[in-house]
Amino acid sequence: MSAGIDLENVCCDFGSFRAVDTANVSIEPGEFFSFLGPSGCGKTTILRMISGFIEPTHGQIRIGGMDMKGQRPNQRPTALIFQNLALFPLMPIWENISFGLEVRGVDKAARRKRAQELLDMVDLPDAADKMVSQLSGGQKQRVAIARALAVEPKVMLLDEPLSALDLKLRQHMRAELRAIQKRTGVTFIYITHDQGEALAMSDRVGVMSQGRIQQIATPRDIYNNPVNGFVAGFVGENNVFTGSVVSPSAGMAGFDTGLGRLTARLGDGALGEGIKLYVRPEHTILTETEGAENSVPVTVSEVSFEGAFIAVHAKAANGQTLVAEVRNDGAATVPAIGAKRFASFNAAHAAILPDAFTGG
Amino acid sequence: MGDMFRRYGRAATLIICLLTAFWLAMLVVLPNITLLESSFRPLLPVTEIGGPADQYTLANYLKVFNGSIDTTLMGIPVNIPVHVLTFSLTIFYSLLVTILCFLLTYPLAYYMAKILNPRSLPTIFLLLCVPLLVSEVLRAFAWWIILALKGPLSTLLVTLHVIDKPVRWISGYNGVMIGLVYTYVLFMIFPVYNAMSSLDSNQIEAAEDLGSPWWRTHLRIVLPHCKPGIASGSVMVFMLSAGSLLVPTILGSTTSQWFTQTIQQWMFDALDWNTAAAYAFLLLLMCTLFVSLVMKLFRVKLSDIAK
Repeated sequence: MSAGIDLENVCCDFGSFRAVDTANVSIEPGEFFSFLGPSGCGKTTILRMISGFIEPTHGQIRIGGMDMKGQRPNQRPTALIFQNLALFPLMPIWENISFGLEVRGVDKAARRKRAQELLDMVDLPDAADKMVSQLSGGQKQRVAIARALAVEPKVMLLDEPLSALDLKLRQHMRAELRAIQKRTGVTFIYITHDQGEALAMSDRVGVMSQGRIQQIATPRDIYNNPVNGFVAGFVGENNVFTGSVVSPSAGMAGFDTGLGRLTARLGDGALGEGIKLYVRPEHTILTETEGAENSVPVTVSEVSFEGAFIAVHAKAANGQTLVAEVRNDGAATVPAIGAKRFASFNAAHAAILPDAFTGG
Repeated sequence: MGDMFRRYGRAATLIICLLTAFWLAMLVVLPNITLLESSFRPLLPVTEIGGPADQYTLANYLKVFNGSIDTTLMGIPVNIPVHVLTFSLTIFYSLLVTILCFLLTYPLAYYMAKILNPRSLPTIFLLLCVPLLVSEVLRAFAWWIILALKGPLSTLLVTLHVIDKPVRWISGYNGVMIGLVYTYVLFMIFPVYNAMSSLDSNQIEAAEDLGSPWWRTHLRIVLPHCKPGIASGSVMVFMLSAGSLLVPTILGSTTSQWFTQTIQQWMFDALDWNTAAAYAFLLLLMCTLFVSLVMKLFRVKLSDIAK
C-alpha cells in the first residue's frame, strides 16, 4: 500500500547553482513527512526529483527500495498535488478524479463508481458532474486529493497545497489531510514554508535552508532541540545573545556576552567567537530579584497583548530587546512599562548553537 | 468616440471617420453590391442592357450544373457537372491544406510554447516571418522553380541517389498543395501557439504524474485546450486556400483546376462578368456554409474563435 523513500546523497545542480546539496533522508512507509523551509531552499526541487520531473545530478532516490533512476513520472508510484492543484478545467469533476484510471484502461462504469467513492471520502458527494470552475477553493483542494488518491499511489507528494486558502479553511484542511493520511496509510511528503503547518501535521519534519537539510526530527524535537541557529530561528521566536563559549563541560558551557556570563547547553559544532545563544520567549521569565544564573537586568519597554499570551518587551543595558511571553491565564502579573526587572531563563532551556549548515 | 474628439479635435476626427467610411463604402461595400446585383442579370450585348431581355434571373447560378462529364471519384465512376466537380475538388484540397497545416503546426507550436527557452522565441518568430517579406507572387514562382522537372529539388535528389530520374513534382494538385501550405501555414501557427501558451504547464505535468502517456496527455489535455485556436486557424487557412487564385494559377498543373480559376475564366476569357459574379458568390456562400457545418460538428462556437 505505502512505500518508504530513501534519498542517498542526492544533489541537484541547475547550471552552477546547487539547488539541493547532499540530501540524505529515509522516510518510513506510512509516515507523514514535511520538508520545511523558506522559498528557494530546495524543498520543491526535492519533491520534483521524487516525482520524477527532475533527475538528480548525483545520488540515488529509492521508492519502496527500488532505484528510480530513469523512471518517468508516469512510471513512478507517486502522486503529486500541485501548488495550484492543476485540475483539468475542461473535464467534469468525476473525469478529473478518474483520469488516472482512464489512463490505466479502466472502463467507464467502474471509473464513475470509483470517482463517486472518492468524492464521498473527501466529503463532496454531489460534485461528480460539476465543472472545476463551479467549486470553491477548499472543494478544489479535496478534488485534487481525490484525483491523486484514485491511482492508489504508494507515496503522495504535496507541494504547499494549502497556501492559497484562507486561514480558517487552511486549519480545517490540515486536520482533514492528516485524517486522510491516517485512513489511507499512504506515505505523505508535504512541502511547506509554514512552520505551524509542518509542526501540526507531521510525524517528522526536515528543515531546509540553502539546499541543505539542516535537521530531521519530530516536530517536538525540532522546536525544543534545534541543532542550529537557522532551525531555531525559522521554527519559532528566540531571544538571541552573541558572545563566546567558555569552559565547556558535560554538554553545558559558560557564555560570555556584553551582559555578563550566561550558562546554556552547548550544541554540536558551536565553537569560537561570535557564536549565538538562543532561548525561547516562553522560557524567558521576568523576575523582580536577580536569580542565581542567567539573569539579565532589563527595563520593560513595551507590552503587547496577543490573546493567548502577553509579550513583554524589555531592553537590556546594551540596548538589546528581549521578549518574555506570559501566559494569559488570568493570574499572570504584567509589569508596567519602565519597570526594572531581571530577564531570567533556565540553562536547560537555552542552547548555544552554530549558524546554519551551508554547502562545502 | 468622445475620447477621439478630445484627443484630435472635432474636425480631424470627422475627417478621419468620413475617409474610412468612404473607403469602406466605395471600395468594399459598393463593388460587392454591384457584383451581387449583376450576378442576377444575363450577359447581354450593350444595346440590349436595360431592354426587355434584361430581367433578374437565377440562370447564372444554375450554370454550375451545365456540362456533365464522366469521371471517377475514389474509384467510383460518376457523371458530374464539371464545375461542381471543380468546386468539390477545391473544397477537398482546401481541407487537405488545412489538415496539413495543422499537422505541421501542432508540434511546432507545442515546441515553441512549452519546450523552447522563452529567450529564443523572438528568433524563432523572426525566422517564421522572414518568408512574409517576399511577395506572394515571388514565393509561388520560387516554388515553381524549385519543383520544376529539372529544378534544384530533382537535381539534388538525383545527386543523392534518392531518385534515379527527375520527377515532375508539379502534377495534379501537388504543386498547389505545396504552395498553399507554404503560403498559409503561418495563419495556423499563431492562433495555435497562442492557445498553447495559455495552457498551464502544471496540467501537462499533472497528467503525466497520473500515469498518462504523452499521446493521451495531448489528446485529453492539450488538444481540447487548444481547440479554439485550432478552429480559428483552420477557418482562416481553409477560407484563404479556397479563395486563393495566385497559387493555383502559378503552381497548378494541366490536370488541376481551382474554382477561383473557373471564376477568372468566366471573367477574363468568356468576358461574362455576370456569371463570374454568380460563381464568386456561390463560392463565398458554400464555403461559409461548409465552415459553419464543420464548426457545428466539432462543437466550436463563433465566440471561441473570436478570442
